[in-house]
Amino acid sequence: MVENGIGASLKRKEDNRFLTGKGNYTDDINRPGQTYAYIVRSPHAHATINSVDISAAKSAPGVVAVFVGQDLLDDAVGGLVCGASVTGKGGEVNKVPPRNVLTMDKARFVGDPIAVVIAETLAQAKDGAELVAIDYTELPSTVSTANSDADGAPQLHEECPNNVALDWELGDKAAVDAAFASAAKTAEVELVNNRMVTNAMEPRAAVGEYNSGTDDLTLYVTSQNPHVHRLVMSAFMNIAPEHKFRVVAPDVGGGFGSKIFTYNEEAICAWAAKRINRPVKWTSDRSEGFMSDAHGRDHVTKAEMAMDADGKFTGMRVTSKGNMGAYLQLFSVSIPTLFHGFLLAGQYTTPAIYLEMRCVMTNTAPVDAARGAGRPEATYLLERLVDVAAGEMGLDPAEIRRRNFIKADQMPYQTPVVQCYDSGDYHASLDMALKNADYDGFGARQAEAKGRGKLRGIGLSSYIEACGVAPSAAVGSLGVGVGLWESAQVRFNPTGGVTVFTGTHSHGQGHETAFAQLVTERLGVPVENVEVVHGDTDKGQFGMGTYGSRSLPVGGVAIANACDKIIAKGKKIAAHCLEAAEDDIEFGEGNFTVAGTDKVMNIAEVAFTAYVPHNYPEGVEPGLDEIAFFDPLNFSFPAGAHVCEVEVDPDTGTLEIVKYTAVDDFGTLVNPMIVAGQVHGGLAHGIGQALLENCVYDEDTGQLVSGSFQDYCMPRADNLPSFDVDYCPTVPIHNPLGVKGCGEAGAIAAPPAVINAIVNALGIKHLDMPATPEVVWRAAQAAS
Amino acid sequence: MATVSMTVNGQAVSGEVEGRTLLVQFLRENLNLTGTHVGCDTSQCGACVVHVNGDSMKSCTMLALQADGAEVTTIEGLAQGGEMHPMQQAFQDNHGLQCGFCTPGMVMSAIDLVAKNPNPDEATIREQLEGNICRCTGYHNIVKAVQQAAKATGG
Ligand code: FES
Ligand code: FES
Repeated sequence: MVENGIGASLKRKEDNRFLTGKGNYTDDINRPGQTYAYIVRSPHAHATINSVDISAAKSAPGVVAVFVGQDLLDDAVGGLVCGASVTGKGGEVNKVPPRNVLTMDKARFVGDPIAVVIAETLAQAKDGAELVAIDYTELPSTVSTANSDADGAPQLHEECPNNVALDWELGDKAAVDAAFASAAKTAEVELVNNRMVTNAMEPRAAVGEYNSGTDDLTLYVTSQNPHVHRLVMSAFMNIAPEHKFRVVAPDVGGGFGSKIFTYNEEAICAWAAKRINRPVKWTSDRSEGFMSDAHGRDHVTKAEMAMDADGKFTGMRVTSKGNMGAYLQLFSVSIPTLFHGFLLAGQYTTPAIYLEMRCVMTNTAPVDAARGAGRPEATYLLERLVDVAAGEMGLDPAEIRRRNFIKADQMPYQTPVVQCYDSGDYHASLDMALKNADYDGFGARQAEAKGRGKLRGIGLSSYIEACGVAPSAAVGSLGVGVGLWESAQVRFNPTGGVTVFTGTHSHGQGHETAFAQLVTERLGVPVENVEVVHGDTDKGQFGMGTYGSRSLPVGGVAIANACDKIIAKGKKIAAHCLEAAEDDIEFGEGNFTVAGTDKVMNIAEVAFTAYVPHNYPEGVEPGLDEIAFFDPLNFSFPAGAHVCEVEVDPDTGTLEIVKYTAVDDFGTLVNPMIVAGQVHGGLAHGIGQALLENCVYDEDTGQLVSGSFQDYCMPRADNLPSFDVDYCPTVPIHNPLGVKGCGEAGAIAAPPAVINAIVNALGIKHLDMPATPEVVWRAAQAAS
Repeated sequence: MATVSMTVNGQAVSGEVEGRTLLVQFLRENLNLTGTHVGCDTSQCGACVVHVNGDSMKSCTMLALQADGAEVTTIEGLAQGGEMHPMQQAFQDNHGLQCGFCTPGMVMSAIDLVAKNPNPDEATIREQLEGNICRCTGYHNIVKAVQQAAKATGG
């Protein structure tokens, strides 16, 4: 057993700096001669821009420069890119309306950036921005997911007639129609997946710096994927060539998807730093973040299930619209299609599934990947539909799930919607969750609550997700414009310390600890001698970053593979030094041993020898420093069963989550303490969506109504319970480390568990999220 | 511009500020104490909490000039002689932080909470931390950390 290896709940290495105020977030970075950028944004949801007069702003005190869209075009800076080209009905690929960094013709959502004022101080930049005079002609706007494709709706882009970016379908329509035609019973639910603002606690920020002596550009930025930021800004935006461009994502205060994308303001800081030859800093206000960060979810959906007389699912039909906002951001249409549709089988054997998804443009901020990205939407509609189906059949929700589960011995299981699950035991995780939640004792608790005038409800969610994003060939064939492998470099220093470079990025996930544990397990080096480095394109080789719960399932395997290369080379060196055949060398717990002897060489000695190769095997390169790239063979499929129990006060509509039980299958846990933390955070995100969070635009004016923490309700400590978290692992056949990823599970599983519990408490068929006290009170009144 | 003087983490400091300069800006920009964070512009998130004359205070909600003559403690001032404050230690022991952005404000609020409620139950902790938003942890481990620290400090 290696100490502090896989399975140890080691306290985090990164905590010291965060706890003592020594974190280094982008806004903490100040460069000599720095200027401050402030963005002038459209106050209108939809307006023609007739003119932009910057003359007064330019001569305001402290103002260094004012730029508009044309200035970037003059420098041949390209627009923001959409990385998805998804093939829809009739073989048509989604339209990508162009997006300039600073919009020139029209403003298409409240917050659309139009000009930037750069000044000696932030206050001067803000004051200067007041003087930018923009003449608009206001246009009617449309923000509705359901109705923006209606005849006569205001049109956003010529490229997208009727505001439709993509009409997509998936599955066998004829087979589904046949299943419904012969169904013994059917179930149906119409639901809204409420729009969320991701709201990482650290607002986005960027600092651009240009060195005219070397022609090198540096961008410090709140990014989940600094190499991807560099790639996008180089390849598509022409800001600087990759080899002359360094992107640093230092400590990043949460991402949850919203910091994947390359945003206007970041491109401006990079470009303008060179243009004015001084560092340029921009830090988002929270209000700006609400307006301009990519939002998440926002589907309106009708879902139907066909069943036989025993409640076996025979077919499922889903008709849905997804709101894309005003422009297609990086993943955009791939989220409501690929990342959503491919999960619609859930944990069930439903033989025929058909999805129609229409991606619509609206006068709202762009919508893109947010914690779970498509998979929460799929899980919510499916797990709601299953509960409605249970009601139709008169079956217990647990029983209808059991009748339809894919069995463990059916793995690997090919679903009718592309994904092939490689592992999972859904019966076992449900049984465990029901036991941990004392499902059998619920009736007594419900009766006791009733005596107090309270309504108790219990809800299940049997979820699966596809993460470990992703096999490059698979995503490439589906229209995602990048490879989603990961890379790692494991470098022994001559004195025995190990530096690990990963292309993933940690913004709360604890990679500096968990990845060090991985290396300790593999190489037997004490964990304190392993340093994990990420977030700087000048340090790490390359990488695709962190999202889609990919860091450990993809990035971790790359690290393990680099370790294996170290061991393979080390064996050659040890064999030479120990005067044995290479095949006779065994490696374990940090030692190279000649099999069957006590001749041994520690890996630190081997490393020293590699750098001081006086007595060294012929033909072997000096040094002990290996790079590995890993492209996964399949997605990974974390899954589990969650149980939520609520108590509703029908007189006020307030409710309490009295118990939340999670049983998850993440495969092997590297650091169980960190994994539990990821589950807790995901649950808070999912419960927030179910009960509190809702991004609202005014239907008439297109104004963002929920534009601050005063109007958009984030989950606070007193909205949440403590969580009961447990695991029911199975072994994934495709992942060499046996890991599956855990960062999104809670956000995916929780919303249907919570709503199913509330619906159960009230004895109704459905209510929409967020189930605020008003929503619950109205439903309770209507039901009584 | 006006001159403001105060004691920050035991050291007398002063600086030139505008009337509109917030205490958090003075700490971050004038004193380079960047451990205190800004997470919102509506006094909701608590990332900016420091202690002013012994009470927790949202430093985004106070002008620097209002803190003239005050004793201010920030997250940088908690550890003594290389030893973390029991609350900091409890956050590490219980994995009460992930990205670390809310953490300084959360720790400063939690210290004040325990000072005023030496023996808080879970409901009290949750209610008292209502002014500090964390997007990462779901609060579960923060609550545990505060309970541990309350015990450790003899509550
Ligand atoms: S910065 Fe959010 S409360 Fe002070
Ligand atoms: S630890 Fe990230 S916001 Fe609290």
